[in-house]
Amino acid sequence: MAPQETYDQIETTSRDALGALQLDRLRWTAAQAARSPHYAKAFSGRGLKPEAIKSLDDLRRFPFTEKQDLRDNYPFGLLAVPRNRVVRLHHSSGTTGMAIAVLHSKKDIEQWADLVARCLYMAGLRPGDVFQNMMTYGLFTGGLGLHYGAERLGAFVIPMGAGNSHRQIEFMRIFQAAAIHIIPSYALALLATLEEMGVDPKRDLSLRFAVAGAEPYTEGARQRLQDAWGIPFYNCYGLSEMCGPGVAFECPVQQGLHLWEDFVLAEIIDPDTGEPLEDGKEGELVLTSLTREAMPLVRYRTRDLTSFLPGECRCGRTHRRLSRFAGRTDDMFIIKGVNIFPQQIERVLMSVHEVGTNYVIVLDREGLVERLTVRVELVPEAFKGDLAQLRSVQDRITHALREETLVTPRVELVEPGGIPRMEGKAVRVVDERNKENP
Amino acid sequence: MIQQLAVFLENKPGRLERITGALSAAGINIRAIHVASLGEMGVVKVVVSRPDEAYEALGEFGAVRKVAVLAVRVPDRPGALHQVTATLSKAGINIENASGFAISGSEAILILEVSDVGAAERALAEAEFKTLDEGEFEEAVG
Repeated sequence: MAPQETYDQIETTSRDALGALQLDRLRWTAAQAARSPHYAKAFSGRGLKPEAIKSLDDLRRFPFTEKQDLRDNYPFGLLAVPRNRVVRLHHSSGTTGMAIAVLHSKKDIEQWADLVARCLYMAGLRPGDVFQNMMTYGLFTGGLGLHYGAERLGAFVIPMGAGNSHRQIEFMRIFQAAAIHIIPSYALALLATLEEMGVDPKRDLSLRFAVAGAEPYTEGARQRLQDAWGIPFYNCYGLSEMCGPGVAFECPVQQGLHLWEDFVLAEIIDPDTGEPLEDGKEGELVLTSLTREAMPLVRYRTRDLTSFLPGECRCGRTHRRLSRFAGRTDDMFIIKGVNIFPQQIERVLMSVHEVGTNYVIVLDREGLVERLTVRVELVPEAFKGDLAQLRSVQDRITHALREETLVTPRVELVEPGGIPRMEGKAVRVVDERNKENP
Repeated sequence: MIQQLAVFLENKPGRLERITGALSAAGINIRAIHVASLGEMGVVKVVVSRPDEAYEALGEFGAVRKVAVLAVRVPDRPGALHQVTATLSKAGINIENASGFAISGSEAILILEVSDVGAAERALAEAEFKTLDEGEFEEAVG
C-alpha cells in the first residue's frame, strides 16, 4: 500500500517531532492537572512540580491514577477548569460509589471531534458521505463521540441511535449510507433482519466500511462480519475517561490500531508491579492525556491489556499501533456496549433480602443477541412457599439491575447451595459468548 | 387444617427425583403432589403422612416451607366441589390452589390453599362441611 492521504499532517510527522510535541504537552498537562483538587494534593504531597519535567521519562515519577480515584473524587474533584467552562458531561452506568463522571470543556469537545474525524477519514469517509450512527446517544460516549467527529469531517450524519432494525436497514438503503458505526453483536443480529427483508448488503446497499465499537469481539467474528456484509469492519478503541471512542483506530491495513500519540502519552506496564515493560511485551495500557483541559488525567490505568506492534505501518502513519486488546486486568465486562463491574450487580443483590450474595454472572447469546444472566441463590428462610413470591423477587431484582447497569438481565433464582462455593477468589463472570466462534 | 410442604426447586431434570427419593428413604407416604413452574423456577407442594418428619427430611434441599392448607371431606359426587367453592366465595375467601382425590367409592378429599385459613374453616363449618386435622386426615387416607 502506498502512503495514504491523511486528515491531519500530524499523523505522519517524524517520531522526533512527535516526541518534542509530547514533552511540551506533558508539561502543560501536568500544570493543568495541578489545578484540580485531586492532583493538587497528589502532586504537592509528593513534592512533584510540573515545571521540573525535563524529559518524557520524568513522567514515571508521577503517581498512577486509578478508576477508584475517579470514583472517590466524584463528581468534581478532578475538574481543572472553573465549573462554568464545562459544556458536557459523560457518565458511566452505576450509582454513587461506582459511577464516574467525565467533564468536558468546549475545547475538549472540539479536539475529540477532530480526533474522530481523523479516524473516520483514515477509514475512508469523505465530506458528503452518509454516516449512519447506530450507537446509543446520551451519557454513553459512543453515540455523540462519532456523531460530532463525522460532522466535523463534513459527512452527512444520520443519528439513528441503537435498535429498530427495520428502520436502520430502510435508512441505509434510502440515504445510501457509505459507513455505519455499530456494535459487532448488533451487526451480527442485523444480518438476520436483512435476510428477512430480502436486502442483500453487497448488492442493495452502498456501504464502504463499518466502524465496530463499544465491545470486544474475536478476529473470527470480524472475518464473518466482513464476509457477510462485504465491507471492512474497522476496530475503534476509546475510553470515556480520555474522551471516548477515537483514542486509537485501525487504518485500512488492519494490523493494529494507531494510537494517537499527539493526544495521549502511552505506557505499557506490568499490571502487578507497575513497572514499564519493554516495547512489544503485552501489559496494561496506561494513558496520560496531552490536550484535555477540563479533566486531564495523568498515568491513568486503563486496565486494558495490549502491546505495541513493532515496526512501521504500511499506511505511512508514524503513530504506534496497539495490537488487538487481550482482555482486562480487572473483572469489568462489556455487554451490549455497556461497561459493567460485578460489584454493581453485587450491590443490587445485597439490597434484596430474599437472596444471598453467592451469585454467578453468565454472558452468552440467544441466537444472535447477547444475553446477561444473573444466577443467585434464594435465602431458605425467605421462601414463603409459592411461585408468586419468587416471581416478585425475580422482578424486583431485574428492575433494580436494569436501573444500575442499564442492561435488562435475565435473573434466575437458584436453590440454596446451588452455586458451587469457590476456594479463594470466586469466579463471578462466565463468558460463553465466543464459544462457537473459530 | 393440615400442613402442606412447599419446596423451591430449579426446573431441571432430576430435581423432583431428589425430593421423592428423600421422602421414600424416610418412609414417608405422599398423599398429594402438585408441581408448578415458571421458567427456570419450580415449586413442588406435597401433602404427606408425618409432615414434621418430612420437613426434616427435605431440610437439606434448602428452601422448604410448611404451609397450612384445608383438607375438606366431601361426598364423591357431581356438584360437591361446587358447593365448597360457593361457600368460600360467599365468605369472600380466595382459593389460591386446589387439588383433590377420591378416598373410597363414595368420598373424596379436597386440598385447598386459601387466603385466610381460619375464616375458611369457620365458613365451611357453618355450611356443615368437615375439615380434617392431621389425625383425621391420616385416618381418612390411611
